[in-house]
Amino acid sequence: MLREATLVARKDLRVELRSRVTTNQVVPFALVVLVLFAFALDPDRGVLERATPGLYWVAVLFCALLAVQRAFAVEAADGIRDALRLTGIEPAGLYLGKALAVAVQLLVLEVLLGLGVVVLYDTALGGWGLLIATCLVATAGIAAAGTLFGVLAAGLRVRETLLPLLLLPALAPVLLATTRASEAALGDDTAEGWPWLGLLGVFALVYLTAGLIGFGALMEDT
Amino acid sequence: MTTRLTNTDRPGDGPPAAVDGGPHSTASPATRVLGVLVLVASGVLAVLGLVASPADTELGETVRLLYVHVPVVAAAYLAIVITTVGSVAVLWKRSQWWDLVAGSAAELATLLTALTLVTGMIWGRPTWGVFWVWDARLTSTAVLFLLLLGYLAVRRTTTDQVSRATRSAVVGMLLLPNVVIVNRSVEWWRSLHQDPTLITLDPKIDGLQLFTLVFGIATATLLLVWLLIHRFRVAWMAQRVEAHELDDAIAVRRAEAVGS
Repeated sequence: MLREATLVARKDLRVELRSRVTTNQVVPFALVVLVLFAFALDPDRGVLERATPGLYWVAVLFCALLAVQRAFAVEAADGIRDALRLTGIEPAGLYLGKALAVAVQLLVLEVLLGLGVVVLYDTALGGWGLLIATCLVATAGIAAAGTLFGVLAAGLRVRETLLPLLLLPALAPVLLATTRASEAALGDDTAEGWPWLGLLGVFALVYLTAGLIGFGALMEDT
Repeated sequence: MTTRLTNTDRPGDGPPAAVDGGPHSTASPATRVLGVLVLVASGVLAVLGLVASPADTELGETVRLLYVHVPVVAAAYLAIVITTVGSVAVLWKRSQWWDLVAGSAAELATLLTALTLVTGMIWGRPTWGVFWVWDARLTSTAVLFLLLLGYLAVRRTTTDQVSRATRSAVVGMLLLPNVVIVNRSVEWWRSLHQDPTLITLDPKIDGLQLFTLVFGIATATLLLVWLLIHRFRVAWMAQRVEAHELDDAIAVRRAEAVGS
């Protein structure tokens, strides 16, 4: 199953690498969000720097929406979904593969956004251990939930509007946890961040389990 | 699900013959008794809450709103549990019956959660001086309300019954875990800044106050059961009508083919 998952993930990533939609559109979009935050919150009063963890993760969530939509839009045409089902790859493998591809793209985006806040918001990074762990676990959770709701919305006429309505409230705990954990990492007291990491882990596990159970039924159906 | 209404069973031809053992009206003797019970209990609760029970030593007269607020919360959570159980049953057994139960319970859960928010805000205005504070319970209830709206949106996306059942079951299955995760995270979030709730209810509430509260919860539970049965029957009959209309359309097409 893991081998199949990596196959699917490599396929998705190769599509992204060649079509360059992520690099040409999603990354610039992330930058736009960062700049918009600066316009909304006066950059001279230090609000941006203090609010960096929250703004950063809101930007990541917006980009995650686009990445997930993209992951299923590439399969909408030419009956690719049927073709994927005919390959005999288990739904669980398919789910893990697609989630993995989304996660890899998100991690790249997170690094770029991180550079963005350092340059634009003048934020000093620190607490690397906690910061990197937070990014990895949170990305696993976001990708797991995103892929599950992504396939659920795929094929519906209202998919573009339905996905944010489903995904963003479900990700509310992730936003809380990542923001607090990042704040702890950037501040002095990293010990405060670790419980939040546990919560992110639980979230990722719950959604991965739900995805492995539900993906098959949803694939059959759409 | 193979039995169908025949074409002669039109609404104008009197009550249709029994189909699938399903309900043909949203009322039955049992629900009528239940409905009367709910009405009487609501009346008694109004008397208990507004007249009989004393004002609270700390909260004053505003405590009376809690006899509605707390029962509504309890019923909302019960409805969410039913939705999640029903959704798991749909995925597990492919049961259409459970799909309708889950969908009906989710609609009621949404209504009750909205009522929770409204009654909470009305109570918060005199107690805290503001309608809304970013208190742990308020915040998690608001997120819960949004999650429920998402579930209902999924149910309205498609008219294909199997597809609707599967999609909404996946969202419904996650409702309860989501509630737990959201509550946990929001409570941690707020406890870093302040107490989990701005006001802790005095646990030494007087005997009649406690009784009123428990009575209120029982009433709300009865109300939920009563509404759920009716909503389920409406959903069931809507489904029968859809099947009926499809049969009619097919019959009309057949007649055209024969006529030409």
